[in-house]
Parts: sequence; C-alpha cells; structure tokens
Amino acid sequence: MMIEIERLWQALNDVPDPELPVVSLVELGIVRDVQVTAGKIVVTITPTFSGCPAHYAMQDAICDRLRQVTDAAIEIMTTYSPPWSSDWITDTAREKLRAFGIAPAPRHGGNVMLLEAVTCPNCGSANTVLRNPFGPTPCRMIYTCNDCRQPFEAFKPL
Amino acid sequence: MTNELHNALADYLLALADDELILGHRDSEWCGHAPILEEDIAFANIALDEIGHAGVWYRLVADLRDERPETYPDQLIYFREMADYRSAPLVELPKGDWALTMLRQYLFDALESVRLERLAASAYPPLAEADAKIRTEELYHLRHTTAWVRRLGLGTEESRRRMQAALETLWPYALQMIEQPSAELVEAGYVPAEDDLRHAWEDMVIPHLQDSGLDVPHQTILPPFDRQRHTEHLSALLDEMQSVARLIPDARW
Ligand SMILES: [Zn+2]
Repeated sequence: MMIEIERLWQALNDVPDPELPVVSLVELGIVRDVQVTAGKIVVTITPTFSGCPAHYAMQDAICDRLRQVTDAAIEIMTTYSPPWSSDWITDTAREKLRAFGIAPAPRHGGNVMLLEAVTCPNCGSANTVLRNPFGPTPCRMIYTCNDCRQPFEAFKPL
Repeated sequence: MTNELHNALADYLLALADDELILGHRDSEWCGHAPILEEDIAFANIALDEIGHAGVWYRLVADLRDERPETYPDQLIYFREMADYRSAPLVELPKGDWALTMLRQYLFDALESVRLERLAASAYPPLAEADAKIRTEELYHLRHTTAWVRRLGLGTEESRRRMQAALETLWPYALQMIEQPSAELVEAGYVPAEDDLRHAWEDMVIPHLQDSGLDVPHQTILPPFDRQRHTEHLSALLDEMQSVARLIPDARW
C-alpha cells in the first residue's frame, strides 16, 4: 500500500508538545523530516534543548499518533544538526503561546541576544524584568511585568 | 581516520561526557535544597543541561565505537564500573556549600565555553555539529554563574570568606582539567591544544575572580592526575545513580 507523506504530516500536525500542549511538535519545529523508505516510516526529530526531559514522551506521542493512520513500521531518529532554533517556531504557534501566557522568543536570525526586552503576554508592556534565566522546563525563563505586576514565562531564544 | 585516531577521539569525548554527567549529578543534589527557590530552579536546569550535553558526547562515542547511539549512553552511564569512568576530581568532589557549588560551576562553564569556541572549528564534522548544539545552551550557564561569583565574592564578609575557601579548595583541581590531548588529535585539527585552552581560560577567569574580590592562589605543583583513578566520592555517587537501573535493568519509564 502506498503511504502518503502528506497524510503523515497531517497526523503529526496534531501531536501536541508534551509540556506545552497548546502547540504541536510540528509548529515548534521539533519534527524535522518524514520519509518512507522500503515501506518503513522514518521520522526525524530534534530536541529543543539537548537535555530535554520530554524527548522520550515526544517519541511515544509521535508513534501513537502515526499508528492511528498506518500499519507500517515506524522509526524515530534524533538529530542535533542543525541545532534547534527558537526562530523555527511558526507565527501561529507564537500567537498560541502568547494567548497561553508564554512570551515567544524574539526572532534573532542566528545571533542569540540574551538580554533582549521581552513583551508581557498579559498586557503587552515592554516594561518587564528577567527574574530567572531558568524556568519550569529547559526552554523557558521567568519574567515579571512592572506594569500589570504579573509574573510570566518566556520561551528562551536559542 | 586511522584506528588510533578513532580510539583517541573516543577517549577524549568520553572524558568530556563523564565530566558533564558527574557534575550534572552533583548539581542535581541541590534539587529541593538550594538556598532560594529561584536557584533551586536554576540548578535543576543546569543539571539537566549538563546531563544532556553528556548525552550528546556519549552519542558521538557510540558512533566512533560502532554502537547504537540510542542505547549506548545508558549502557555507559548505568552499567559501567567505576574503574572505567574517566571523570576528573573537580566534578567528583561533594557538592559542599553554595559557594563551592557556584564557583565549581563557574570554573567548569568557563572552561567549557573556551573549549566549545575552539571545537566549533574541529576537523571532525560530527564534533563541530554537536558543538553547535551545546554552545548556545552554555551561554545561559556562564552568564548566570559569572554573575553569582561576583555577587558572592563582593557580598557579605561571610559570603566572601566562603568563596575564598572554595577557591583555595577548587583551584588545583580546576587547573588539572586542562590536559594535553594526544598529539595526533591536535595535529589532525580535531581538538584544541592544551596551552591554547589554558591561556584562554586563565584570561577569562583570573580577572573575573579578582574583580570579585578574591585572591587567586599561586599554584605551581599540581596534584597527580590520572583519569583512570578516582576520588572515594565517586563510588558513593555511582552507587546511588546506578542503583535503580541495576535493580531492574530492562525497566521502561
Ligand atoms: Zn504586563
């Protein structure tokens, strides 16, 4: 039976990130490639951070979803090259993250500026201050907004 | 690549990986115990990153040894005997107080940053690629620990006293970390030479330690160093780290 790559991508499109279920692994740029070789499906993923604890949960979620649309053998490969970049997060995913209360990382074009001003996802103010460059997951940091006085999380530029 | 070069590179990377793993484990010991909540979160993340970096290096070792990169790292971590570990005393020392933890992390991060800067140009492409993955993540560590060394060094009398004591304990072990790699690896352009690394590291850390109000010890004689020998502290660490995996070797979680 022919396996249509397009259908596989469609299925993968609704695999949520295990730690940020408002966005999908495809939207975050974690799923890099889908190939079918000799009847076997090979999905290549790249973790956001090399120590990402959700790495195995992602692999399981991808396999589970693909099994709903195909009986073919599935292999998940991990690559670190090119390294994941927060620039790969799509515009739609950025909006979803903002609505969820997480400030998306500013696009940096390869030159990561750690001190970039971050806009508050609650009130839109740029009057924010970094509280901790580390947060609840490796890819997030903690800010406070001086205007609405709310703490919020921001995606790390990487 | 000749067989000798192959093996020398695998040994070099195994030492890098073991240092990251053991330091990551030490950092994780602060989880739930750090002096303030923000730093508890920070150190849990730094621990995770270091263990992640160890994983990246172990995968390269797997490639060089024709092992499976998906399973070999766990084999190395959980089922290797202490005698086969290649970690250095600097990372094996117990976590000590907050000053020692912070200073050790800073000295290590600084060395990692100058080494990563050079490995980016490695003539072994998989190494240069792995380097690119790790380098940006490390920026966050170095910035954090650089600020904390200054904060504690110039803080209260007590914080300075503890930092100075930590520096005297750690300094000889930190100097040891900058080793001469086997000549063929340097000649092949795979890894940086010892003197290059030492100068870059000293130029980074010595002025910062001094600006942070600390007296850098004069060290001429280094304690003997052999990556095949370990401090007694590693044994307890491995007992704990490996216990669950060895109890149920095929467990899934
Ligand atoms: Zn606000």
